[in-house]
Amino acid sequence: MERIIIDGLAFSLPLFIMAIGGIYSEKSGITNLALEGLQGFGAFTGALAAVLAASSFSGDSQVPYYIAMVFAVVGGTVYSLLHALLCIRFKANQTISGVVINILAMALTAFLTKFLNRSVFGAASDKFVLGVSAKLTVPGISQIPVLGAVFKDIYPFELIILVVAVIAWYVMYKTRYGMNLRACGDNPHAVDAAGVDVARVRLIAVMVSGGLSGLAGISFAYSISANFSSSIYVGYGYLAIAALIFGNWTILPTLGSCLLFGFARSAGYYLVQKLQMPSSYSDLVMTLPYVVTLLLLIFFSKYNRSPRALGEIYDKGKR
Amino acid sequence: MQKNKHIVKRGMVRLLGNDRYQGITIPLFAIVLSLLAGAVIILFQGKNPLTAYQNLLQGSGLLPKATYAGYKSMLTDFTSFMNAWTPMLFASLSVAVALRAGLFNIGVSGQMLCAGFLTTITVGYSSLSAPLAKPLVLVVGILVGALVGGLIGWLKYQFNINEVVSSIMINYIAQYVISFFINTYYVNPVSRQSNAVSKAARLTLMDTPVGNLKMDIPLGIVLAVLTAFAVKFLLDRTTFGYELKCVGTSRNAARYAGIHVGRNMIAAMVFSGGLAGLSGVTYFLGYFGSIQPRVLPSTGFDAIAVSLLANSNPIGIIASSFLITVLSKGSTYMNSASGLESEIASVITGVILLFSACGAFIQYKVKSYQDELKEETERGKS
Repeated sequence: MERIIIDGLAFSLPLFIMAIGGIYSEKSGITNLALEGLQGFGAFTGALAAVLAASSFSGDSQVPYYIAMVFAVVGGTVYSLLHALLCIRFKANQTISGVVINILAMALTAFLTKFLNRSVFGAASDKFVLGVSAKLTVPGISQIPVLGAVFKDIYPFELIILVVAVIAWYVMYKTRYGMNLRACGDNPHAVDAAGVDVARVRLIAVMVSGGLSGLAGISFAYSISANFSSSIYVGYGYLAIAALIFGNWTILPTLGSCLLFGFARSAGYYLVQKLQMPSSYSDLVMTLPYVVTLLLLIFFSKYNRSPRALGEIYDKGKR
Repeated sequence: MQKNKHIVKRGMVRLLGNDRYQGITIPLFAIVLSLLAGAVIILFQGKNPLTAYQNLLQGSGLLPKATYAGYKSMLTDFTSFMNAWTPMLFASLSVAVALRAGLFNIGVSGQMLCAGFLTTITVGYSSLSAPLAKPLVLVVGILVGALVGGLIGWLKYQFNINEVVSSIMINYIAQYVISFFINTYYVNPVSRQSNAVSKAARLTLMDTPVGNLKMDIPLGIVLAVLTAFAVKFLLDRTTFGYELKCVGTSRNAARYAGIHVGRNMIAAMVFSGGLAGLSGVTYFLGYFGSIQPRVLPSTGFDAIAVSLLANSNPIGIIASSFLITVLSKGSTYMNSASGLESEIASVITGVILLFSACGAFIQYKVKSYQDELKEETERGKS
């Protein structure tokens, strides 16, 4: 039972922060299917920074881990500029742009990982080995049965994500920028009439989604896979999009759907272990989050109201 | 600086200005830019880009290699290139049909896998004779692909589920469920892949002796090229094609004109899925003879590039799928001949995609340059 909660949270929270990024972008009116590529590219830059920095620190130092986080956010943000450029400046179809960005991210990171491993580190490898980050346990509270598991074996990134999520919530719902952003997704012309630069609001929103996705990507790399390789692209970005669709493009309900995905996944793994099924059954368990997503989409898509101007290219002259 | 800008504008208009040929010139422009970008990356690694590109062509059997192994020649390289080209052509047509109706079928890979797997276990493992098995493979492939595609269309129509999200979910579900079945029932313990399909069901005649050569003869390529023309006819010359195009251009206008939008979306996805099914059987029962568990064919994703590049024109797709297959097929030889990472080919594909996505912008920019220049000359006259 404890493991379900611990593993579930470690999966849900990165998914959640990525979904918040998606909400920022989509609320501002830019469809963002690029989350998958953004998290992968962020994880790549973070992992690269960590591997480069690792040699100057002692083996069990946690500094490279935090360096990786910073660079993952920077990498995700920079890469997201490409999506912003295509969608805002070049007025490309936003769905197509998102998918293109994902495909390019997979190709680029696979190529660069191999190339850098060969030329800089002198090893023929298609991954950067990172290891799993240290975990924290809060003494005292973690002893409470069942619920105590929430405070046990916490990855540091979970805490960072929670702090960032609170800030993101505050900016989205309590500040002027947040209000402009939400208005951009529903009625960009009104925002423009109020003297706010629509393109700029959207640019920042896409950059936020890039940065947060990068943070999510490096968190996955440091927990689930313990390295950076092309195995980072297993559709978590699309899961995050599904999560924000259930969450009706609002932050708190989205947390609920992310937790649901996370617990569905960890409970499935637990079941395979508990019932001592052969390892090939884990393939079936792997489908759980995706099946849950589809089913929930079937039940909830009808009641959802997406931002009205979502996916529409903003054209000043149009009425 | 001002003058340079002027020259660039003039050049762009001269090159791309004729809007009769823009359907060809803009994709060519995207390809040239991407190849240049690829050349820069290759140069950066201290290798000669021309040799690398030459290697790509050699690997695809379009240029002669220095040496050949026994029973091999440029011709055998080319037939095995066509073997890889067939599923790519079908997959790209699949993407194009969906795009025509305004739907983005990113689930081609999953549909290919479903069709390939179900055909393998039903026909591929049966003891049917070749004249019966081969057509049956095609039929089962089309049916399975169409069902999966239709499901995505129905989910979109009935429940308003974004087709991109649902097809990605189905991609992963198919990938893992099929991997489970292969690992549990059909695995070949040596290759760690599914057991090979029977020779009778295989759509490619492997290692067939012709003269003093042994070549792989892909039967599907003839069908694929014919299908491209058939799809072209269907999209451009029939009511069904017209309705799809209306739905794709403006859903509201189509509804207003009395076109049943939902039914057309489902039909488009059934059609697109059927083509993806054909791609799946020519891939898993033609190009390969078995299925590797836990792997989605990248063909379905590259097909998006192919289709975008050709602006979803089926005839253009014949050319663009040829090009993208040269990149992916030739990259193995490039890797062994020049020591460049074969991933560079997929980077070039990605960059081609990027520039194709900006096609509309380039068109718009050229138009505005044209207007500016016209204005200037008029001002000069007066």
